[in-house]
Amino acid sequence: MAVPSFLAREKTVAKPGFNRWLIPPAALAVHLCIGQAYATSVYKTALVEHFDASLTSIGVVFSIAIVMLGLSAAVFGTWVDRNGPRAAMFTAACFWSVGFLVGAAGIATNQLWLLYLGYGVLGGIGLGIGYISPVSTLIKWFPDRPGLATGMAIMGFGGGALIATPLSRQLMSLYDPAYDGTAATVPSGGAVAGLFVTLGLVYLVYMMAGAFIVRVPAEGWKPDGFDPSTVKQKSLVTTDSVSAANAIKTRQFWLLWVVLFCNVTAGIGILEQASPMIQDFFREGDASTVAAAAGAGFVGLLSLFNMAGRFVWSSTSDKIGRKPIYMVYLGVGLLLYVALATVGSSATWLFVVLAAVIISFYGGGFATIPAYLRDLFGTYQVGAIHGRLLTAWAAAGVAGPLIVNGVLDTQGTPGELVAADYRIALFIMVGLLAVGFVANLLVTPVASKWHEPKSDTTPATPERSAAR
Amino acid sequence: MSSPQRTQSSTPTLLIVIAWLLVSIPLAYGLVRTIITAAPLFTGG
Repeated sequence: MAVPSFLAREKTVAKPGFNRWLIPPAALAVHLCIGQAYATSVYKTALVEHFDASLTSIGVVFSIAIVMLGLSAAVFGTWVDRNGPRAAMFTAACFWSVGFLVGAAGIATNQLWLLYLGYGVLGGIGLGIGYISPVSTLIKWFPDRPGLATGMAIMGFGGGALIATPLSRQLMSLYDPAYDGTAATVPSGGAVAGLFVTLGLVYLVYMMAGAFIVRVPAEGWKPDGFDPSTVKQKSLVTTDSVSAANAIKTRQFWLLWVVLFCNVTAGIGILEQASPMIQDFFREGDASTVAAAAGAGFVGLLSLFNMAGRFVWSSTSDKIGRKPIYMVYLGVGLLLYVALATVGSSATWLFVVLAAVIISFYGGGFATIPAYLRDLFGTYQVGAIHGRLLTAWAAAGVAGPLIVNGVLDTQGTPGELVAADYRIALFIMVGLLAVGFVANLLVTPVASKWHEPKSDTTPATPERSAAR
Repeated sequence: MSSPQRTQSSTPTLLIVIAWLLVSIPLAYGLVRTIITAAPLFTGG
């Protein structure tokens, strides 16, 4: 699939002297916009009332978007690697923005299927392409610190909700004066449609800015003073190249798929239920000692740790290595889950601290995976390989809520649950993290039979491989 | 641009500053609003 010449990869090759610190804000401009996907709860109740639909049928919008994210990242990963970040960011901006506009039309005309098609399908495709668009470019610009580079961009995905949540409340109260921005009032459908139009247009401008700033390094470029041989010293790190088609045939790819699936499923277990969960953990009789407003604050705090974990833990992985950091995410995470299930209800501060660190590991797991893939498979088609691995996210997005909601349904009625009712769900997450921990331990260097040939015909860029 | 010799940057510093401001200002807004919302969790409000 050819792209217009102004988007072509060769038009984005950086001239000598280009400052690589312009690339992280370009990547952030995209990820901060698509991170809005984590802020859908802010207008969920409004859509339920507007469409007179169930919570589940509105929740499906988000599920479709996440499934489309995984699928489009997997399907378009090779296209993104071949055509470069500008074409990918441009395409993502169009899909994400049009998704909002079609969704707004659906709300305005009371057609739920248009919301599914707009935000769910079109927006989901924008999410998938946008998520992977800057990753391989960042890894190539920062071969000395790939964890820091991808952590910075993917931190933006966590940060997107931090911006979109309060911004959405303020915009909806502007479009519907009867809505005061608290849980006590619900914005009208018209206000949500107005919000969708505004966000669609603002995100289009921001993402386009990122698309036109981004550059790819010239072939053979490396940072001043960087010696690639120092990277090779770590046992799992390769300087060889593995194609995306071959990567999915390796044991290592599927072990990392399991690692990501387990880590994400466990994190979603808390994220999905955050606000009611903290209130249920501190329920005394009919009332909870944690107010609804504080529950909303807890959700915000988790978003903060989700974002910070992406940057801090991914950067740390540059120092201690990818395999050890996943041992921390999964092993320490497992112990924290046990603590949450057993002593989490003893004090609010303890519950908050345990949940916050768990969510920081959830974010860290997302942000570190591209660098882990680069270590194992090289930079050659890391974007496409990353795209295929994100199907684990799509699967976890379905499995996580299914496990938690399924277990809680057997324990009692929402609003009457207590800490003990969460124990089974939390111990299932402990089991999942144990599986992920073992999968990570089994990761070994990729066998040389999967490496691309190292002769003159070795593809240094995806275009060359595509021509073979 | 590339090693081995240290190369002079051709990217205007102002452009880098503007690009970082473009992303850090909304992020700072979100951060402040989140901290304000989360405060009742610790003040018992």
